[in-house]
Amino acid sequence: MTTIGKPLDRVDGLLKVTGKARYAGEFPEDGLLHGSVVSSTVAKGRVLRIDASRALALPGVVAVIDHLNRPRIASYDDAFQDADAADGSPFRPLYNDRVLYSGQPLALVIADNLELARHAGSLVEIEYETEAFETDLLAMQQQAHASPQTPPKPRGDFQAVWIDAAVSLDVHYSTPIEHHNPMEPHASTVLYQPDGTLHIHDKTQGPQNCQAYVQKVFGLEKSQVRIFAAFVGGAFGSGLRPQYQLPLAVMASLALKRSVRVTLTRQQMFTFGYRPRTLQRLQLGAAANGRLLALGHTAIGQTSRFEDFSEHVVEWSGMLYHCDNVQLTYKLVPLDVFTPLDMRAPGAALGVIGLECAMDELACALGMDPVQLRLINYAERNQNEDKPWSSKALRECYREGAERFGWGQRNPEPRSMRDGRQLIGWGMAGGVWEAMQMKASAKAHIDAQGKLTVSSATTDIGTGTYTVMTQIAAQASGVAVEDVAFLLGDSSLPTAPLQGGSFTVSSVGTAVQQACEALNAKLLNIARQTYPVFKDAEAVRFEDGLLHTGDVSVSLAQLVKDSGEDALQVQVDSEPDKKREGYSTATHSAVFVEVQVDEDLGTIKVRRVVSAIAAGRVVNPKMARSQIVGGVVWGIGMALHEETQIDHQLGRYMNHSLAEYHIPVNADIGDIDVVFVEEHDEIVNALGSKGVGEIGIVGVAAAVANAIYHATGKRVREFPITLDKVL
Amino acid sequence: MNPFHYSRPTGVQEAVHLSSAASRFIAGGTNLLDLMKENISRPDHLIDITGLPLHDIQQTAAGGLLIGALVSNADLAWHPLIEQRYPLLSQAILAGASPQLRNMASTGGNLLQRTRCYYFYDATVPCNKREPGSGCPARTGLNRIHAILGASEQCVATHPSDMCVALAALEARVHVEGRAGARVIEFADFHRLPGDAPQRDNQLADDELITAIELPADNLANHSNYLKIRDRASYAFALVSVAAALELDGDRIVDARLALGGVAHKPWRDRAVEAALIGQLVSRETFSHAADALLQDAEPLEHNGYKIKLARRGIIRALSDAAVAGERP
Repeated sequence: MTTIGKPLDRVDGLLKVTGKARYAGEFPEDGLLHGSVVSSTVAKGRVLRIDASRALALPGVVAVIDHLNRPRIASYDDAFQDADAADGSPFRPLYNDRVLYSGQPLALVIADNLELARHAGSLVEIEYETEAFETDLLAMQQQAHASPQTPPKPRGDFQAVWIDAAVSLDVHYSTPIEHHNPMEPHASTVLYQPDGTLHIHDKTQGPQNCQAYVQKVFGLEKSQVRIFAAFVGGAFGSGLRPQYQLPLAVMASLALKRSVRVTLTRQQMFTFGYRPRTLQRLQLGAAANGRLLALGHTAIGQTSRFEDFSEHVVEWSGMLYHCDNVQLTYKLVPLDVFTPLDMRAPGAALGVIGLECAMDELACALGMDPVQLRLINYAERNQNEDKPWSSKALRECYREGAERFGWGQRNPEPRSMRDGRQLIGWGMAGGVWEAMQMKASAKAHIDAQGKLTVSSATTDIGTGTYTVMTQIAAQASGVAVEDVAFLLGDSSLPTAPLQGGSFTVSSVGTAVQQACEALNAKLLNIARQTYPVFKDAEAVRFEDGLLHTGDVSVSLAQLVKDSGEDALQVQVDSEPDKKREGYSTATHSAVFVEVQVDEDLGTIKVRRVVSAIAAGRVVNPKMARSQIVGGVVWGIGMALHEETQIDHQLGRYMNHSLAEYHIPVNADIGDIDVVFVEEHDEIVNALGSKGVGEIGIVGVAAAVANAIYHATGKRVREFPITLDKVL
Repeated sequence: MNPFHYSRPTGVQEAVHLSSAASRFIAGGTNLLDLMKENISRPDHLIDITGLPLHDIQQTAAGGLLIGALVSNADLAWHPLIEQRYPLLSQAILAGASPQLRNMASTGGNLLQRTRCYYFYDATVPCNKREPGSGCPARTGLNRIHAILGASEQCVATHPSDMCVALAALEARVHVEGRAGARVIEFADFHRLPGDAPQRDNQLADDELITAIELPADNLANHSNYLKIRDRASYAFALVSVAAALELDGDRIVDARLALGGVAHKPWRDRAVEAALIGQLVSRETFSHAADALLQDAEPLEHNGYKIKLARRGIIRALSDAAVAGERP
């Protein structure tokens, strides 16, 4: 019985489509109060005065909390540092009169209903003393300092080899600020318990991260705070750190000893972490035969004045191709903005744009097919770490992707293909993402009816965690899928890492597998003690809720009864697989894209995409495909649409709504063909599965840009590629 | 959103008499509710006009159509008489918004959509249209989506409607009713240029209600085209749109209409440019001259210079496509 590898429907699908799945901002309670956040309208300065009198005069307005009247909170940085904190001093909401960025929360209005709270918020008058500010990365790039997390050390002699290379390239790219914009806005519902403890429904990718944060910031005991996140309506990284609605809601709840909900508006979804703007420089040197001799990748990213947010932007350039002379540089520019935050394939989604566009430019300069250039420079080892790969089926991705796409029919000449007035272009790119594994714990519990419940304090941010963990548990325990329940989204469950980085299946999945195996060992032990036929049986197997040996079987439910207990349970703490040491582990992809560009009007449409993925064993092809499709769509958005625009005179985001911040709509998306190539890996983890949350987006924007060049003969290096840039 | 009074009159005169400078009529609410949520519009009284008898499309004695102000955008776009006689209007409506919005939005309300200028939409920053005299950050700020024609020092906003661009080209008339009685406004006069009073989008008085849109009879149905150019394939406002309509005798132009959207504070049309097309033969050169003439006064801001090139190419494309659009059954 193998449930792993089956395209099982979402086990929580029915709850979701019938509205029974409750999200953080949807838990009702009699007497629940509603908070509305009042945000800064200036980018930098001090709050001189907050006049809430008009708001407080309205019947039904309960309180207005600001930095002067808030409950006591911690002051030292370590209290505010969470599991995904950047280096520096974390933002402390309503801490003092300092305004650090436009949109900063400065007050919370609490009222009997949401509409009243929002209206009252509009009546709160704030007087500022403003200071000069700077929000423009381009203008401030000379102020860049080295990132606290440094890229791998240079290898070889990049500069000398690059200058002498037969073909050398020096190109600059830029990528804009982008916001996560999950459909569900960030929300926290704090349910004040009769004993004064807090039950909090929060939008998060880590209930235990939020629990620790609330504990530390408010000086509470662990037992006083329990965080739930049963359902999360998309997060993409925006829920990795506790967001400010959480401490604000807790402040109100503690101050008033009442239950309080705070939900951010869509505009306020633009007032915390985001994907930072980057300026990138790629210097490639190659021999005439296409051999990559020298590679330099410099990236400058923006950060806030209070934290140095760093991500892996340039590392990928040292590992995707074989190259002996490499120099990777990563710098940060502090601006008067909020700190950036991990966002789907953080770093890789940015750095691989520069690398893979530059590789395309190199292929053109060499007069070589882009796939051929990549095969010539195929990396058999990860030279950043000087380690072999645990597995790497990127060659198969290139081959299968190219074949399905029909790449062999491509005329390399730009502007050589058309369909009426539409110029047609074909482009491709590769992608890479780490296959990490973290510590994780899980509990497996079986009752006398044979129902198995497995739990861990992870989340399901729409990725299908409930479903794939159910499958892994069913497979490992031999219990039918219908008899397995997986619990998550509760800080009181066994420890789980943040849900991010594509390591949930690898980490929590392994813990689930081990917990089920440990439970089976316990059940087998009972069988051996109870039934002579099992006593010395060597060939036993767990299947269909039964323990078998030869033609004899006993139900697991019976074994629980035989144990004399109501139920049996085990908890395991799993560690990253020892086998991983000495290897590099990564997922890879090859993306092939066809675009059409109107020859007169410059309008661009992605007609079709083939995304070939090497991610080890796929636990659920249906969920995995959804992850890749979502990544591809987002990659198209990165290429063509997404950009949070700042007015640098006001220091403020101006297109902060889903009407003006463009993401692709259905009409922008053509055919997406996802293929998972065979990749067998016994090293990465016991499941042999690498995770697919990030890899789908990596390389897509570069492939689109390369296709646009092929269509038009115009190389646009400033993202997003809007029609005015190709006119 | 501020608290407000709400009433639901059943007659036009009753509605008009309920109105004041601080009240707003509401039909579909697809724009007004957004504006209220953002504290851009703060009416003290919402007068719900959906119960008024303005839901019909009637044929006029002169051979045109009279469209009730409460006909939904969706019903209008898919109405057989509109599809048959004014396909330009159908096309323009369906190029805008989303099916859900078009189901709610009314014909009259479409004329009263407010600009999508980022600065107008953020009540915390200056904007002369929202707060006269506060300034216009768009002039020196993020102005990629702003006007290239007819703008003023005070305002560079554009009108967001697609439907209105077609109505301008079709020479619609706007029937309105106020306390002083009814009047008819030529479409070209309905919307204003910003000048030094950008807070006023149009010529309606506070107590006036749009009751109907009249479309005159014409011979343009066989050769019309609405071209919308935008940053994504749907659910985005026009960077440039072109409503083009021709009456042809063989290859000779008998009548011509040309209106632009996304480039000015109102649908942009120049009768002299249309007059110059009459009598000409259909050709790229003819259309190219028309484009140059219509855009001759265009003035770019820092980030919207591309709109001049885009509009020029869009005009040529739309007129060319209109010319070959072919006879309709």
